[in-house]
Amino acid sequence: MTEATKQTGQTEQLDLLYSETEEDLRAAVRALLADRAGHQDLLGRIETESPYVPGLWKALAGDMGAAGLLVPEKLGGQGASHREAAVVLEELGRAVTPAPYLTSAVVATETLLALAGESAPATELLSGLASGRTVAVLVLPLSAHPYAAQPTTSSVVGVADAVAADVLLVSRADGLYAVPAAEATVEPQTPLDLTRPLAKVSTEAGSGTRLAGPDEAAAAIRRGLLAGAGLLASEQLGLAEWCLEETVRHTRERHQFNRPVGSFQALKHRMAQLWLDVVGARAAARAAAEALATDSPDAPLTVAVAQAYCSKVAVRAAEECVQLHGGIGMTWEHPAHLALKRAKSDQLALGSAGRHQDAIAALVDLPAPQVEVIGAR
Amino acid sequence: MTDAEEIRSLTRQLLADNPPATTDRTDFLKARFDAGLAWVHYPVGLGGLAAPRALQAVVDTELAAAGAPDNDPRRIGIGLGMAAPTLLAYGSEEVKRRFLRPLWVGEEVWCQLFSEPGAGSDLAALGTRAVRDGEDWVVDGQKVWTSSAHVARWAILIARTDPDVPKHRGITYFVCDMTDPGVEVRPLRQITGEAEFNEVFLSGVRIPDAHRLGEIGDGWRVAQTTLMNERVSIGGARIPREGGMIGKAATTWRERPELRTHDLHRRLLDLWVDAEVARLTGERLRQQLVAGQPGPEGSAMKLGFARLNQAISGLEVELLGEEGLLYGEWEMRRPDLVDFTGRDAGYRYLRSKGNSIEGGTTEVLLNIVAERVLGLPSEPRNDKDVAWKDLAR
Repeated sequence: MTEATKQTGQTEQLDLLYSETEEDLRAAVRALLADRAGHQDLLGRIETESPYVPGLWKALAGDMGAAGLLVPEKLGGQGASHREAAVVLEELGRAVTPAPYLTSAVVATETLLALAGESAPATELLSGLASGRTVAVLVLPLSAHPYAAQPTTSSVVGVADAVAADVLLVSRADGLYAVPAAEATVEPQTPLDLTRPLAKVSTEAGSGTRLAGPDEAAAAIRRGLLAGAGLLASEQLGLAEWCLEETVRHTRERHQFNRPVGSFQALKHRMAQLWLDVVGARAAARAAAEALATDSPDAPLTVAVAQAYCSKVAVRAAEECVQLHGGIGMTWEHPAHLALKRAKSDQLALGSAGRHQDAIAALVDLPAPQVEVIGAR
Repeated sequence: MTDAEEIRSLTRQLLADNPPATTDRTDFLKARFDAGLAWVHYPVGLGGLAAPRALQAVVDTELAAAGAPDNDPRRIGIGLGMAAPTLLAYGSEEVKRRFLRPLWVGEEVWCQLFSEPGAGSDLAALGTRAVRDGEDWVVDGQKVWTSSAHVARWAILIARTDPDVPKHRGITYFVCDMTDPGVEVRPLRQITGEAEFNEVFLSGVRIPDAHRLGEIGDGWRVAQTTLMNERVSIGGARIPREGGMIGKAATTWRERPELRTHDLHRRLLDLWVDAEVARLTGERLRQQLVAGQPGPEGSAMKLGFARLNQAISGLEVELLGEEGLLYGEWEMRRPDLVDFTGRDAGYRYLRSKGNSIEGGTTEVLLNIVAERVLGLPSEPRNDKDVAWKDLAR
């Protein structure tokens, strides 16, 4: 970002609408998820060994081509962009679907895209990911964010979707390695969000294939995490939208005091406020997807704004959903808790709102105070 | 005559016939009106070309590039945004020809006589009476929150013509002459010290029946046209980042390191993000309108704008420390224009309190969003089938 854009904020025009193709893609993904991975299906699966619906990944990633949206056709992908991937994530967020889409088709894919061309093994791995045949995840905690150097320990906890991965991308002191899952130790942990499995991943030093040296790897990982954070905003948008729709539906139907509870102003105002938040979240999430898709110099700021805003909206929407459902919202049988747990976990994923605000402070020159307190001790 | 090329060529012809550098401002505006380039979506002969509204941008771009004068839309906003669409929809041919040209040119300022001391959010409960007397109506009552009343030549007015039917059904809509001897305008001083608004007392004001808009008793429906047309700036200027009130606070933060505290930093960043998201929301709404897909998001803008202005200006007063304890001046003034970001932080803080009240309170707008956008049921009501005269007041 230049000094001029920092100060005056002259921004290029971002297309914030949905194209017809994007709406078609949305309809296709929504129909697939409704058919194969409804909330009742998930409630039946989340406490089994694997929450992933069998066959769903192949249908979504392979048959529908969703895994290859970010990858150019010459590298085996669909040659689409972050805008389309964002629409897929909106739908996965609405349905709270367990699928390694954000982790493999966005973060790992974007990381490999940064290396493709330089590294033959990265290029080959990328075509596997683009077709959906291979699932790969970056071995970093789900909370890893693009604003810090990444740790290079041999054992990492909180790795999302590692249990579904064929290949693990491991950051070591001497660069980035692709380690086959069979050569790594993956120990499942008990996650707050049962729809996004977490695991402790340990690999032996020297195992796997080296894809890049340390500097190149760090830049590629940063790019992967930035794209992940930007598109996570769309997942959060979809989730918030579902929470609002369900809450409106419930409060229209539920009667107490001889009237629909949704006719009480105290409740209506909360839902109307949530709608305002969702309207804002849509603009912020679309801006982030578009800025990533067009490789805008504004992308880091736009992504940070989208995360700082959308992660709060998703949590608020899920919390309101539970509260305005009353007792039923507190039960295991109602899907509201799936959304609440996903939203709360997403709040930490790829950098908390506070981390992104710190980045904004640096990007737009609103520095924190240097405070000296005299006489305070 | 709807093609962009034709409109561009008409605009260039206007500029050639009336060079802005050597033409009197009012003469230029009259010529523009007569060329149909005032508002191209209006009918031919009434300042328009019956063209799609989006083509107005063609005219505006050409004229701006040529340095042509505009009609200072901020000064005549009520006329342009509220009176004109209602005159167009409900006025007789004679009424439209008499009023629209001086309205658009800015020779005649309009104001709106709707709200009353006893009818704010519940506008339909209004009690100003209009009684038929031969070919005239005689009006008595009190209106309030009337901006521009002290400079207005004409007003749009709603008054009760039948107190014996439920409130929404006994209202009639008129054009009121503000120079009538029965009209008295008094400044209404606000918490800022200024008097942007007025109280208007109507005592035996005579309005010819020819200045009635719509049927007798149908004024509520006519007023909906007025209220729905509250100005939406289609294709308006894009707001730059930090373009609104947040820019003032951010600049102070950058220039005055000694004022910074951690608490203010966290709140400033929260508001910076909210302001940026509001900017993007406005930009998205603008793109939807341009693409011909208007959505209900417009109501989100007003609600968000009110909350943000209040929070940012409040933060600014705190940020300024001892300067925040001072106020520019309390002298009563009657400004012609309202500038939310004008003057000092203290003024902005006080003025922004009105943002969640004027043009529909935040509470009423949230009801509207809940019922019209989300489809939630309305509260049970006890005022719909009761004659106006029997309502509690």
